[in-house]
Amino acid sequence: MPETPFLISREDWSLHRQGQMDQERHQARIREAIRANLADIVSDEAIIASDGRKVVRLPIRVMKEYRFRLNWQKQGRVGEAGRPVSAGQPVARSDEAAEAAGRGGPGEEAGEDWFETDLAVEELEELLFADLSLPHLEPRQEPHITTQHHEWRDVRRQGIYANIDKKRTLMEAIKRNRLAGRPPLAGLRREDLRFRTWDDTETPQANAVLLVMMDTSGSMGSGEKYIARSLCFWMVRFLRTRYDRVKLHFIAHTTEAREMEEEAFFTRGESGGTRCSSAYEYALRLIERQYPPDRHNLYAFHFSDGDNLISDNPRAVALLKQLLARCALVGYGQIETQPQYMAMPYYQPNTLLTLYQQEIEHPRFVTALIRDRSEIYAALRAFFPPAGERERGAG
Amino acid sequence: MARDLDRLAGAIGEVMDRARAAGLDFFPMRYELCPPDVLYTFGAYGMPTRFSHWSFGKAYYLLRSQANLGLAKIYELVINSDPCYAFLLESNSLLENTLVAAHVVAHADFFKHNWRFQGTNRQMVHTMSAFAERVRLYEARLGREPVERFLDAGLAVAEQIDPFPGPRSEPGRDLALFLLERAPGLADWQRDILSSLREEALYFRPQMETKILNEGWATLWHARILREMDLPPADTLEFARLHAAVLGPHPHGLNPYRLGCHLLESIEARYGRERLFEVRAVETDVSLVRNYLTPELCEQLNLYVYAEQGGQWQVTATGWEAVRDALVRQLENCGLPYIFAEDDNYRQQGELYLRHGYDGIELDVTHLTHTLRHVHHIWRRPVHLETVLGGRRTLYTCTGKDVTSRAL
Repeated sequence: MPETPFLISREDWSLHRQGQMDQERHQARIREAIRANLADIVSDEAIIASDGRKVVRLPIRVMKEYRFRLNWQKQGRVGEAGRPVSAGQPVARSDEAAEAAGRGGPGEEAGEDWFETDLAVEELEELLFADLSLPHLEPRQEPHITTQHHEWRDVRRQGIYANIDKKRTLMEAIKRNRLAGRPPLAGLRREDLRFRTWDDTETPQANAVLLVMMDTSGSMGSGEKYIARSLCFWMVRFLRTRYDRVKLHFIAHTTEAREMEEEAFFTRGESGGTRCSSAYEYALRLIERQYPPDRHNLYAFHFSDGDNLISDNPRAVALLKQLLARCALVGYGQIETQPQYMAMPYYQPNTLLTLYQQEIEHPRFVTALIRDRSEIYAALRAFFPPAGERERGAG
Repeated sequence: MARDLDRLAGAIGEVMDRARAAGLDFFPMRYELCPPDVLYTFGAYGMPTRFSHWSFGKAYYLLRSQANLGLAKIYELVINSDPCYAFLLESNSLLENTLVAAHVVAHADFFKHNWRFQGTNRQMVHTMSAFAERVRLYEARLGREPVERFLDAGLAVAEQIDPFPGPRSEPGRDLALFLLERAPGLADWQRDILSSLREEALYFRPQMETKILNEGWATLWHARILREMDLPPADTLEFARLHAAVLGPHPHGLNPYRLGCHLLESIEARYGRERLFEVRAVETDVSLVRNYLTPELCEQLNLYVYAEQGGQWQVTATGWEAVRDALVRQLENCGLPYIFAEDDNYRQQGELYLRHGYDGIELDVTHLTHTLRHVHHIWRRPVHLETVLGGRRTLYTCTGKDVTSRAL
């Protein structure tokens, strides 16, 4: 027995979950903060550029514990090394050291904020799409597109030996032997054999087609196109959460319409006037040729800065109505980043938006006016209004 | 399992006898073996019985993920209490836990003898446990949101305390106390939270002030005690490896174990064993560095001053006086700014006027604006803070959500 008294014990800690529970609360706080900042996050270029990657870095300053702190940035601090150093020698990457310095108190541990800026795109989608809905879904006549697969669902006494169910076969043998008072594995008989069998099942596969139309004439600058691209990015992702496959067509128009690859569609500009009926016409032809409306869930969206040849307007309205007859949802997004509109709130220019709002009243027609990036989120909510806002939100 | 426990008990008994023989004097020891997750939890909360808050959950998550990445491994947690509680990792090897036991015995000696710890509450485990229970009750009664919001605000100001409260303390030096006594219309539960958070901050403060001294002391003794023990060769090797890791330089920042241990070794070499024990009783980190850092130590440990120059962080000085002065400056007041509460009825409107005791280092403005919102949450009337930015006196004002600033 040692002279100095002490106790040593080992308790049962299996129910101790305080750390996990408070961490969950922390995660919930992060999600709340993200939700509050969705409008900013949605328009973040890093996300659009990250297509394909799973995690994006976002400058969300959340869940920092704010205190009165000194700014050590300009103040010399003491470091140490394993070998001699001399003045002028670089010490650490600036951002790391800045982080260390900005944190203040020397007692604090490193790595304070790194998880605040990483967000899985999936997680973001979950938050973003949680209250968006696809309104006016009408059941397609029949599920034309189906996939076949096999499901192992049944066990039978006859079958092919390749499909023998060893576990069940042994169980049968054990049961029979024990009932007869023999040791469990006293021989296997023909009657013990069990075989797995399969069923062919057919499940309907829901597909959607998204037709994105955009005015690519000179008046749509890179800022406007970025907004369209960002909206398109989120629309595709949203549709993908509701459909197994989403097929995309990009239709660019000036006075003529033509289909383009996605990258060129959002980056290349053309000169010329604007006749948006050309795009509607192209879309209608595409639908007629490839996508019978009774078999496909069609979505058509048109982005423009609002300018159109006045003489083309009646035709545009007429064709848009035809699109509405065929599509589950038709949307029009007017991107007006020109400062003169901002400066003159009462100025009502003769734009496509005012035209459509006067001429078309249809439950499946949605519109949005987007003046800058911060309104992308609002536009998304206008296109796919949350269940409760459907009546108010639809154009 | 039981045999492992017996062997550990034998090793710990020997450690404690040797510690006692070397002159260490500590509280009765209570060792608890626990799984890693539990140890990370205690490490994050600073105490096994602390109240629940998301910020501790965040700290726990960070500790655990760093451990999973192999970046940091907590070996122990020791509580300043009588009896002294020490939590060991059950997955540690016998030798690791023997070393940890020697380390925490020296911490317990330090808690018992260092002057800064003389007034501390040695029953804090129970005090905190009772507070945690009251927080749970408040949450049940009032809902989680308002309690959590007030805890957020309280934690933001709780470190603004006078570390030496008493009749001679400067008025307004203790912001947490000022708010507790003068914030208009605080409910009883809010008063309880504010005063408990302040008490916890006062309890932890001496540990923040003596990080280098305390860790240096514990490292010096764990090494001496284990060197005296008759270890099998494999354990001797493992000990050498562990001890070397403890004493390695940190790539960014300062390793308190390394600096503290070398400082104390040099004090004993220069002034003898008696002075070593005196230093552990009468110094803090600031006075230890100021009184005992030598040119030889600076050179031996390759200490340097670094700062940002032209967008790059680089060594600006290696001279021992520059190092000593920069180190004392960064340890001063635990690296925190001084905030004084100057007026609780500013402009005769019941507004709060705070002043930053500027002495050459500016406040972090991002932190400042958010923290003022926290202060406003407690004060519930406009809050002002006077500081110096870019050489100009500047007043920050928070009227609720918004924070504005203007030059004075």
